[in-house]
Amino acid sequence: MSNEPILATHGLIRRFGGLVAVSDVDFDVRPGEIHAILGPNGAGKSTLINLLSGEIPPSEGQVLFHGKPIQGKSVRQIARMGIGRSHQKTNIFPRLNCLQNCELASRIHMGGVFGSWRSRQRARKVSERALEVLETCHLVHRAYTPAADMSYGEQRQLQIAMVLATAPTLMLLDEPMAGMGREETWQVTELLKSLTDRYTLVLIEHDMDSVFCLADRITVMVDGCVLESGTTDQIRTSEKVREVYLGRHHEEATA
Amino acid sequence: MLHRYPRRVAIIMLALTLCVAVFPLWGPAVFGDQVDFIQEKLTLMVILALFTMSLDLLVGIVGLVSLGHALFFGVGAYTLALASPEYSAASLWWMLPLVIAVAAITAFVVGLLVIRTKGIFFIMSTLAFGQMFFYLISTSQFAGGTDGLFIMFRPSVTFGETTLLDLSNSQTFFYFCLGLLIVGYLFMRWLTRSYFGQVLDGIHDNEHRMQALGYATSGYKLVAFVIAGVLAAIAGMLAAMQYGFANPVQLGWHTSGEVLMMLILGGMGTIFGPILGAFAYEILLYVYEHLTVHWPILMGLTIIASVLVLPRGIAGLIIAPPWNRKKTPVAKEQAAESVIPPNSIQRNEG
Repeated sequence: MSNEPILATHGLIRRFGGLVAVSDVDFDVRPGEIHAILGPNGAGKSTLINLLSGEIPPSEGQVLFHGKPIQGKSVRQIARMGIGRSHQKTNIFPRLNCLQNCELASRIHMGGVFGSWRSRQRARKVSERALEVLETCHLVHRAYTPAADMSYGEQRQLQIAMVLATAPTLMLLDEPMAGMGREETWQVTELLKSLTDRYTLVLIEHDMDSVFCLADRITVMVDGCVLESGTTDQIRTSEKVREVYLGRHHEEATA
Repeated sequence: MLHRYPRRVAIIMLALTLCVAVFPLWGPAVFGDQVDFIQEKLTLMVILALFTMSLDLLVGIVGLVSLGHALFFGVGAYTLALASPEYSAASLWWMLPLVIAVAAITAFVVGLLVIRTKGIFFIMSTLAFGQMFFYLISTSQFAGGTDGLFIMFRPSVTFGETTLLDLSNSQTFFYFCLGLLIVGYLFMRWLTRSYFGQVLDGIHDNEHRMQALGYATSGYKLVAFVIAGVLAAIAGMLAAMQYGFANPVQLGWHTSGEVLMMLILGGMGTIFGPILGAFAYEILLYVYEHLTVHWPILMGLTIIASVLVLPRGIAGLIIAPPWNRKKTPVAKEQAAESVIPPNSIQRNEG
């Protein structure tokens, strides 16, 4: 694997009126790594992810994916380029069952709707791909359950399965463990761990244990700026991070 | 897939279709000399059912509430009226394709402009286009202004010299409309169960997510908009044939509102519901009109009551009757439909 970053940002700025949500961020993701973004609420993590997936345009600066700027491309074009993302809020199709949810995701990346109208073989391939990702996400036994009837944790897992089904080269996961219990968080952490050798991940997460267990590199954001970026060990021992983030976190925990 | 219903739906719909189809056999015995009038009414109901079903594709399936659907109904009616020669019958062989083409082009152009709007803005922009056409037509000399246009002859259906269908015969016309409704229904059923239909379901549930997956949702919505417009125009053409004229009223927002009420009464997003809705609405209208001149009050109360008591309309009553509310095991039926048989999945698990 080359060390050429798969995704890079240069001087990325996003303003909402007078508020600078993301301020001059230089950030890069190398192929095959899990890159976690940490930061207190309002640090601009979600805004950054939205900039990376093209859901909001940057005020200044640019995002390069495989060295090419994604500026001016629509969300769907960026998705077709290979950036898959999941959202902080559960974002599935509640009336369809698990398999259909994943089929919808895999079909668009296997020639689209009109192609598969013709060929039964392709329809089968689409289903097989969907089944494969359900297996990866331990949801096979739920294949025919309507998504709305599943537990919250399973729905979150399905969301990851759908991102996988689009066969992305880069996955952006916005708080995949949000609102989960201990047991479920651990399950998803295991799931993400099992993906590390095949996918490149950008992960926003609040759960410290999961982040330090999963991430290869961590970027810590505060007030829209990158405070520190480095390997997991570097972040763990960083004074600055300890002060601003972990310190406060620690105090809160002991208080 | 999503649009699969218990077997009793098919049984009820088939029974009703049969009942309507053999009306000429039992009609005279029940209605006496009123039978011709009732048959005209029945034909109108069949036409309106097709119209309501086309709106269901937008409102119930894609989740786009349109208040300008009568625009396409009117396009069908006026295309027929304007293209028909004055002293002879047009041929259906070119009239039907013409109506479809004009409606498709109109729907495509209007759709391009409205499809990016959502919710209330979609309602308002479709309403705006509907009213624009209404005023355009009702003030235009060539379209007969507020009087509309008369159609002296219904199109002929001939093959060489022989007449295949004599549409000026009210019974033949009735079966012609019924046939088109059945074809339209089968088409819609196929469409909603296709992969294309699944994408429309996805857009209904969560358009943003569909985009994030890589779907060009506007394109799919536009295709649905055009299909709905074309079906509505065919219904409009039939209505103009039935009445013998095209009138601006057919274009107005009143008609759009009325068809929306039929849809709500019948049950949105079910394809068969709208058919029942159109029939129920017209029957209620007929009854209320005979009871009182203030029939709109009764009709309004009925619609409000149906929304309160039957949120999924008449269709909901059939899919899940109140005396049988236990969950239907759809999952199994769905599994049987899948490309990959469920038993192979069980094996994978073990």
